[in-house]
Amino acid sequence: MSTRLARGGRLIDRSAPLDFTFDGAKLRGYEGDTLASALLANGRMLMGRSFKYHRPRGPVASGVEEPNALVNLGLGARSEPNVRATTTELFDGLTATSQNRWPSLAFDLGAVNGAMSRLLPAGFYYKTFMFPRQFWKHLFEPVIRHSAGLGRPPRDRDADRYEQIHAFCDVLVAGGGVAGLSAALAAARRGLRVMLLEQGAGWGGRAPVDGGTIDGEPVETWIRNAVQALESLENVTMRVRCMVAGVHDHGYVLAEERIADHTPGDGRPRRRLWRIRAGRVIAATGALERPLAFAGNDRPGVLLASAVRDYLVNWAVSPGDRTVVVTNTDDAYRTAIALHEAGLSVPVVLDLRERADGALPQQARALGLRIETGKGIAGVLGRNRVTGVQICLQAGEGAVLETVDCDAVAMSGGWSPVVHLWSHCGGKLLWDEAATMFRPDPARPPTGADGAPMVACAGAASGALGLAECLAGGHASAGGTGPAPVGVTPDEAATEPVWIMPQGAPVALRDKMWLDFQNDVKVSDIQLAAREGFTSVEHAKRYTTLGMATDQGKMSNINGIAVLSQALDEAIPQVGTTTFRPPYTPVTFGALAGEARDGLFQPLRRTPLHDWHEAHGAVWEPVGLWRRPHAYPLGGETTEQAIRREVLAVRQAVGMLDASTLGKILVQGPDAGRFLDMMYSNVMSGLPIGRCRYGLMLNEQGFVMDDGVVARLSEDSWLCHTTSGGSDRIHAWMEDWLQCEWPEWQVFALNLTEQFGQITIAGPRARDLLETLGGMDLSSGALPCMAWAEGELAGVPVRVYRISFTGELSFELAVPANRVRALWDRLVAEGAALGAQPHGTGALHVLRAEKGFIIVGDETDGTVTPHDLNMGWAVSRKKADFIGKRGLERVALSAADRWRLVGLETLDGAVLPEGAYAVADGLNANGQRNTQGRVTSTYYSPTLKRGIALGLVRHGPERLGEVLEFPTTEGTRIRARIVDPVVYDKEGARQNV
Amino acid sequence: MLMLTCPACGVTAEETEFAPGGEAHLTRQGPGSGEAAFEGYLFARKNPKGVHFERWRHAYGCGKWFHAARCTATLEVFGTYPMGSAPPPDLIARLQARRPDREGRA
Repeated sequence: MSTRLARGGRLIDRSAPLDFTFDGAKLRGYEGDTLASALLANGRMLMGRSFKYHRPRGPVASGVEEPNALVNLGLGARSEPNVRATTTELFDGLTATSQNRWPSLAFDLGAVNGAMSRLLPAGFYYKTFMFPRQFWKHLFEPVIRHSAGLGRPPRDRDADRYEQIHAFCDVLVAGGGVAGLSAALAAARRGLRVMLLEQGAGWGGRAPVDGGTIDGEPVETWIRNAVQALESLENVTMRVRCMVAGVHDHGYVLAEERIADHTPGDGRPRRRLWRIRAGRVIAATGALERPLAFAGNDRPGVLLASAVRDYLVNWAVSPGDRTVVVTNTDDAYRTAIALHEAGLSVPVVLDLRERADGALPQQARALGLRIETGKGIAGVLGRNRVTGVQICLQAGEGAVLETVDCDAVAMSGGWSPVVHLWSHCGGKLLWDEAATMFRPDPARPPTGADGAPMVACAGAASGALGLAECLAGGHASAGGTGPAPVGVTPDEAATEPVWIMPQGAPVALRDKMWLDFQNDVKVSDIQLAAREGFTSVEHAKRYTTLGMATDQGKMSNINGIAVLSQALDEAIPQVGTTTFRPPYTPVTFGALAGEARDGLFQPLRRTPLHDWHEAHGAVWEPVGLWRRPHAYPLGGETTEQAIRREVLAVRQAVGMLDASTLGKILVQGPDAGRFLDMMYSNVMSGLPIGRCRYGLMLNEQGFVMDDGVVARLSEDSWLCHTTSGGSDRIHAWMEDWLQCEWPEWQVFALNLTEQFGQITIAGPRARDLLETLGGMDLSSGALPCMAWAEGELAGVPVRVYRISFTGELSFELAVPANRVRALWDRLVAEGAALGAQPHGTGALHVLRAEKGFIIVGDETDGTVTPHDLNMGWAVSRKKADFIGKRGLERVALSAADRWRLVGLETLDGAVLPEGAYAVADGLNANGQRNTQGRVTSTYYSPTLKRGIALGLVRHGPERLGEVLEFPTTEGTRIRARIVDPVVYDKEGARQNV
Repeated sequence: MLMLTCPACGVTAEETEFAPGGEAHLTRQGPGSGEAAFEGYLFARKNPKGVHFERWRHAYGCGKWFHAARCTATLEVFGTYPMGSAPPPDLIARLQARRPDREGRA
């Protein structure tokens, strides 16, 4: 039975009790508790169920490496799954529930998987459930998905807010243990800007639990003084509850600070993401204790020896009354001694080594503890809780020598340095045989922008586990001047590599030795993977899922690698490690998103008329970061009904369109004409001043990438219109060529898109409407098609382009952005009598499709040439060169059977589905129907009162009158005739008035 | 996230301030070029694990394109230099010192 002791507990405040619930039970803990320590104090060892076999599990660790004690924390909008109980600080009113169990934690039907474990070996999902095929989709997968998984994602929108902060420092120290404090002091005293970040809630790391003296004082005294000294320095920034998640390129460090996890709803942001540029990183991230692999090592009550000590010293919690210690290190004797001194029973210390003569074992012996060397555990008794262990010889095959009653086991398999931050950017490791650990290889560090090392490990993270080495290493890593703090602890004898207990364990035992506790990967699974040929550590990992749980193998990887190396009969360094990737522990998506949610998710570009559109009920269409009105439904109209009305208004009276999003790039300079002749496939240098010309832009491959009307403004300046989404991209494209290919050409390209708004007035009454404003002669004599003129309308300066995308008499008015609204309001007022209506992009698309005009991105997809669009007229034959000319000369681009633009007219007047394909005879190599064309744009035409479409069809223009079949997703077929793309006013009479 | 120094304006900034432009020092192949040369110009790009000469644009700064010499494996930046120029001698010297076994040139 785990319980709270009457005395002690360096982190808890017994005068501040806290109430919390677990699975509905009302429990009590103290300020300073973690959820795990509080549950243990209430006698609750069982905290979770494993992923695959639903094994009952208690905590095995006391920190971030915990794989078992995962709970769902909070309710509703503050619900969070898979939270480690060992790192969750207790607060009043905390609500936690257990996961991955049904109907209850103590009695879980899913545990039947454990009885079937022989049928669920490593990689079982690759081997079984394969046939018959439809069973996978409808039976196996739903069942597996229901039973797999741990916590459930929250249903409600997150109630909390998150923020991000940028910071800069010369030295970033990750880890506030004694090595980190020593490093931070040394760096700070050199006058450097220092950041010291500690993932836990307090300073000092493990040292206060493990004991010893520093500079002749108790460890805790030195820590207190060091923290005070650092806090008094202006060049030091310190944070607890701040986990350094990753070290990235050139010293870019991400850290996540838990601000209000333990004070939910107090108004502060829940978490803060630190985005830090560090000149240098000192990883003082400590080490993690490894479990030992013996049969039944996952039973609730089997804990790491260091965790048992933590619960005892930090929180005055005894995981059990009688604790068997099993170890291959001297360090675990600290646990035995601490338990004994707390008045608890340690029936036996099982030391896997042949000798145990170090200072700590001697001290334990002197206290009268029973020590058995060369002995280990053959099996663990008990189901939801340890009730005893069977002792065997480590050298043997598991014959039981003796059974000892106990309710807890403290195990120590040695320590693994936390090398994650060292490894994130390519720091290499070496296998230290004597210390039985992978540790950073100082000769192969991660390097920064200048090629110099950018990360150093200090203390246990470097492989130096002793107190004295931690202090000295921290001091040295920061270039400390003067003497380093001197730590004194008992000397420790070497550990011995022990990967399986006993060493000759038969399969029946190996099948119960857990390596990855959360994902239920056992020694037998790794050995099976090796037998089946998964000999690379990366393959074995993925086949068995070793190290792929939420703890990312913090406890399991080294043991797994060692077992794999034995199975392959290769040395551990030859097997190597899997890749360490950020983050060190999970970072919540909320922190990564920060403030970038809702209105701040991305910038919204508003045209000068945005507010008017909004006030008049526009349905929006996103175009890049712009919002354009798609239609303006009136009364009870649907969007489709509004579009039809707006189309007819343009055809019969006059329409008003906000075209401000069109890209407007001014190209100016002595070489501007020459430059535009390279940018466009047609000739722009010869365009007369005062005239406009439609232009196509190709990429070097010869494919259409943008289009728009170009106006010659003066001898040396042209205004290039681009597509709405394309202005920034095309401006950058021009800059690329100007700066990189023809830097000697004298040309400026200036993106004026937001300086001018643009209003399109189109329809038979367009001229009438503009003439009501007064100020310019807009007659066809003064302003013919494809001409432009400058002047004033209603007192507003405008440039009027006589260009048409609708086929109607059309004027585009370019207006300084701050005057657009004034002109628009006048047009609305004067237009009422003429039947003028605003229209959106929905109507515009229909109107242009009736005229067979393409839209880049609809009719083109990056593989379409001007010739495919029947726009060979826009490709100059005279120019020696332009971007895309050489590309168009490629054989495939002039092949006769390319898909080319046509109109499609359904036989029954229906509207073709978007993207529908026209099928051809026969099957392709994949057994699919051959195709001969596809729909690129399709609408209902209120003008023609039937469906119209544009499409690309093989030999298209040569096949006018042929009927194609378009299968639909509903299984029906629509038949459509190939027609001319221009289905309205082919001769263009309507715009020439 | 890389740090680069724009040789045009002298600002050292985060990668988010720049836009990458692929391999540097390509020669454009226009009309009249052979099939193989044109194919190489369009598609064949070096993808070395090691020293790479690249184009970058200070897109959210001064807007200028420039060149950078960088190690794709260690992310060491050997230097940046203006568009339209060959790698400066001090950059080449530094490169030879840091990567004496390197084959080929910019």
